[in-house]
Amino acid sequence: MIANELKKRALELLADGTVARVLGWQPGELEHDWSPALFENAKDMEGFVYGKYAGANLSKYCLKLNKAEGKTLVMLKPCDTFSFNQLLHEHRLNRENFYIIGVGCKGMEDQNGLLLKCTCCKGKTHEIYDEIIDDEEARQPMPEADRFEQVSKLEQMSHEERFEFWRNELSRCIRCNACRNVCPACTCVKCVFDNPNSGIASKANVTDFEENMFHIIRAYHVAGRCTDCGECSRVCPQNIPLHLLNRKFIKDMNELYGDYQAGVGEEERTPMTSYTLGDVEPGIVHERGNE
Amino acid sequence: MMRKFAAAKVEDIIKSIPMPVYAPIEENGLVQYDRYEEGAKLNLDTCKTEKSPKDVLFPQWEDMMHFRVEGKNISLTEQERCSQDYVLFGARACDLKAFEVLDRVFLVDPVDTYYAARRAHGITVAIACGQPEDTCFCGVFGIDPANPTADVVLWKAGEEYYAEAQTKRGEELMANWETEEANAADVEPVKAEITKKLAEKPFANLSLKGLDGDHMMEMFGSDKWKKLSMACLGCGSCTFVCPTCQCYDIRDYDSGKDIQRYRCWDSCMYSDFTLMAHGTNRPTQVERYRQRFMHKLCYYPANNEGLYSCVGCGRCVRKCPMNLNIVKVIKALGEENK
Amino acid sequence: MTKETLVPVLGVVTDVRVDTPDVKTFRVNALEGGKCFEHKPGQCAMLSIPGVGEAMFSITSSPTNKEFMEFSIKKCGCLTEWLHRMEVGQQITVRGPYGNAFPVDTDLKGQSLLFVAGGIGLAPLRSVINYVRDNRADYGKVAIVYGSRSKDDLVDYPEIVNEWCQEAGIDVYLTIDAAQEGWDGHVGFVPNYVGELGFNPDTYGRALVCGPPIMIKFTLQALEKLGFGHTQVYTTMELRMKCGVGKCGRCNIGHKYVCKDGPVFRYDELGELPDEY
Repeated sequence: MIANELKKRALELLADGTVARVLGWQPGELEHDWSPALFENAKDMEGFVYGKYAGANLSKYCLKLNKAEGKTLVMLKPCDTFSFNQLLHEHRLNRENFYIIGVGCKGMEDQNGLLLKCTCCKGKTHEIYDEIIDDEEARQPMPEADRFEQVSKLEQMSHEERFEFWRNELSRCIRCNACRNVCPACTCVKCVFDNPNSGIASKANVTDFEENMFHIIRAYHVAGRCTDCGECSRVCPQNIPLHLLNRKFIKDMNELYGDYQAGVGEEERTPMTSYTLGDVEPGIVHERGNE
Repeated sequence: MMRKFAAAKVEDIIKSIPMPVYAPIEENGLVQYDRYEEGAKLNLDTCKTEKSPKDVLFPQWEDMMHFRVEGKNISLTEQERCSQDYVLFGARACDLKAFEVLDRVFLVDPVDTYYAARRAHGITVAIACGQPEDTCFCGVFGIDPANPTADVVLWKAGEEYYAEAQTKRGEELMANWETEEANAADVEPVKAEITKKLAEKPFANLSLKGLDGDHMMEMFGSDKWKKLSMACLGCGSCTFVCPTCQCYDIRDYDSGKDIQRYRCWDSCMYSDFTLMAHGTNRPTQVERYRQRFMHKLCYYPANNEGLYSCVGCGRCVRKCPMNLNIVKVIKALGEENK
Repeated sequence: MTKETLVPVLGVVTDVRVDTPDVKTFRVNALEGGKCFEHKPGQCAMLSIPGVGEAMFSITSSPTNKEFMEFSIKKCGCLTEWLHRMEVGQQITVRGPYGNAFPVDTDLKGQSLLFVAGGIGLAPLRSVINYVRDNRADYGKVAIVYGSRSKDDLVDYPEIVNEWCQEAGIDVYLTIDAAQEGWDGHVGFVPNYVGELGFNPDTYGRALVCGPPIMIKFTLQALEKLGFGHTQVYTTMELRMKCGVGKCGRCNIGHKYVCKDGPVFRYDELGELPDEY
């Protein structure tokens, strides 16, 4: 069992002082309601679990722990390492403050079965780690769905249909901010939507169009940095398919600037932060918009 | 007096009600309270709607008044209060108990007239919960899902609804329904079944011992809050799906033509909730998280003869992105849940 | 009280007095003249400029003033900056009065009173002080200790010097944090000054304290040292507020709402609340 191995290794690293705490998962009151948790000693670690309900991406919690004293052992599934790595690229995290165990993953579930984000698995490769703990089964590839399938469908809609689709989906938004708060790419110290002086700080809004703008602005802001970790859609209490906004951006960037996956490899210029003479002209927006 | 009608006829009855009806409607796979309109997919069998029906009394966004500002002069126009009777159809015992919790906030002096008008014009038709879910624990708070408090109560028995008016308004509403005489005793087995099912649910035996106004300082000072709140994202999901959370914000919106002053739901989980020009008295998520549960399990009961401002609907259990919820708090802080 | 919860009445600014570099005192009347509503000393009101914001301010004038209400406002945020730009004739919205009040007709009656204020903290106490002056026979001796950062930061300086200091039975003790030219009075922090002056809790049966949180904290310690019991000391609190009627949830501390159950608390009552203010 990976869980036992993980626990054993974490206890060793706590005992020899390599790390001061462990960021992992703990079970809940029902079968499936696991939560992220911090374990600071061997006694805490009794409550550690790992398995199919460890769906939460722990990368964002690392922001809070970046300034903690001593190293934090963080357990990252392959797709979580993309987020962590991206945060390193953006200098939001210091690599030396973390000891990363790349954990094997066989696809995560909740009470309704396989998580949506796991239906388009990004593979079994950890982008960053100090060591990997997995097993044969966790290395087997997942059945791969086309992650742009739905985006393509949206692209084939008429302007009006697409507008209606999003108006309808976003009309359910209750402005709980779960999507933003869970997003590893949303790392502003103070979000513009929380800043009373911004003029657009708001909760539920007067015009529902402003509600829609919240999501569109967010999608723009994380474009090129979003690793498509899928947490936004996982946490939405109103089941809004927010990941489709991000995937549209990713698809466009792939088409216009060549395939790109945020959070992969070493830090480099990203399509959105670099300019080449071969870049498409702004007019492309107009052309594509009229397709 | 107990009456009954065929379950298949319920939509006809709703259509026959000569006033707006708010009922659980299924759309995009979610069941939510919404205004019933011809063609809407009614879903009365789902135990728990995604959000509670609190929107009907206390909408997430509400226009309160408009100002016109010209030079140094201001003029003010109040928004009309609700003045039309309406029916809330299909509410559950927990959600209706939550209205009582809200009443003790909005209807105490000075009365919130926006809320009061909606409350006064609402007629409630409840359904006893045939299928409590694993996350249900209303019984812990003394709520009986087999016997909701409403103007009319419905019990589903096989392919029939049994209906009984509990108030004069309920009688008046039912007077226009096509129903037939029924034996009240026939409903007893349905009620017994509900009670039995709820008792088998995982949280049925939660103990609230040690959680009340008398234990304020112990609860507040507990060293468990830090661990309990560690994974909290500081989002407002729990507060917004909660039937009793009623914190709100008042904001102004400049439409260009006038200034609209509106009220919207707010959340004690948000970092700007208590933020002032010189800082905040709840600087981290630990304090904000503690505040939410202290309010439900300690402060509110201290002010309301022991009535908790949690009704055990379990929506927070189902909705928290990180699976934190009031059950975990009750288990950690209650004296008898060790 | 304004008729409808949350719905304000209109008021008009009829005088603006510059008190200090960052404090102005605004005189507010109802549009038809007179006051927007009656209040008790220590109560507050919500003032707003539509489109800018709404916030709670203590009513610094005494209820015995039958002509107008006054608000001393320190510039420290978005709304207060706007308010500071107001001129005479500017209309604003007003609702209230909110909160409890200093128990001038019960617990304070017949007592000699010690007022301790720091900076803008004089605003709520000024209402009580002038109320006591106008009902002089009901109270014993009055001592006022008031301090600020500098001479220029003393609020209501002319009234203090020309009226309070001239009145028999009122002892005024002013202090500033650091020595400056043109100041021959006491220099030092308020809590220390209270200790030095050595007020006797048997003489001054009740003490009323208001100022920045740190000043309140040390003043309470100083009073305790002098032998003041917790039931002898009152203070008034400030937290983020939106509704003013104990419903919106912001100023909730323990089972109390500062806007409704406060802002005035007796020291022993504060001790029974979670330390989160």
